[in-house]
Amino acid sequence: MEGDIAAMGQYIGAGLACIGMGGAGIGVGHVAGNFLAGALRNPAAAGEQTATLFIGIAFAEALGIFSFLVALLLMFAV
Amino acid sequence: MATPTDGELFAIHPMDQFAVESLSGHGGPAGLAGIGMFTNQVLWLVITVVAIAALFVLGSRGRAMVPTRIQSIGELIYGFVYKMVEDVAGRDAIRFFPYIMTLFTFILFANLLALIPTSFSITSHIAVTGVLAMLVFLTVTVLGFVLNGTKFLKLFWAEDAPLALRPVLAVIELISYFVRPVSHSIRLGANLMAGHAVLKVFAGFAGGLAVLTYGPGAIVPIVAISAMYGLELLVAVVQAYVFTILTCVYLKDALHPGH
Repeated sequence: MEGDIAAMGQYIGAGLACIGMGGAGIGVGHVAGNFLAGALRNPAAAGEQTATLFIGIAFAEALGIFSFLVALLLMFAV
Repeated sequence: MATPTDGELFAIHPMDQFAVESLSGHGGPAGLAGIGMFTNQVLWLVITVVAIAALFVLGSRGRAMVPTRIQSIGELIYGFVYKMVEDVAGRDAIRFFPYIMTLFTFILFANLLALIPTSFSITSHIAVTGVLAMLVFLTVTVLGFVLNGTKFLKLFWAEDAPLALRPVLAVIELISYFVRPVSHSIRLGANLMAGHAVLKVFAGFAGGLAVLTYGPGAIVPIVAISAMYGLELLVAVVQAYVFTILTCVYLKDALHPGH
């Protein structure tokens, strides 16, 4: 029973760490939404900026990946 | 026919598909004894490499003016990666095009072959993506010092920032530089792993609901699986693209650290 409390802490901690991924979701949506807003104003310039869009999305996503990493570590490594 | 009890009806094991197992018998590699073992991971690595070689060997055999289907696929991938290297990393990065092309085709084919049902998803393993990302990291670091000498350290010293802020920025830049291989590898691995686990969870629902409702209940999860599969197809291509485009960005840092 005592070990179960430590396991419970692990599971709760992993679940809490996943909240951080919601922040990454907000960030990625912000990048994509602003890109679309800009692209609709000036469609001619949008095509060559798609690479920048994906780089921006990748950097915003990286911070969500760290919270996912914390969740993984709590589940499998601690 | 044995009917499962309620307890094991929805006993879903979404992570079982990622187990590395020896093909010649039971059990997976454990420690040094696993060296040289022919596992399902090795098998799918071989299939990936053979598929890439087949596409480009068959595609470049004819060299027709009006390309055949397989030749136009090869040309499409080649042109796409060439333009990406040129646009993102600059014209003088073209000499690293073979490396970027290898990375892109390997990740793309591994991601797409993983979507075949019952296949093994090699890029969902951090061991595979970690090696790819560490190779990129080491290449960029060594290349930066070889080409620029100590001027490569300018990457961490923001010249146009106020003097008081520069040490703070240098620390942040240094941390973000060393975190690159971590985020680079886990982005690819986690996206693939999460997608395949979700597919398996829905597949478990389909099996459970089919037993519970004698058939029709399974329609909803099967429709969901189809939709998720389409999304996974998109994720497979986008993640290969993101991995290579970030490699190009890092390569640009090595070639022109001042900018």
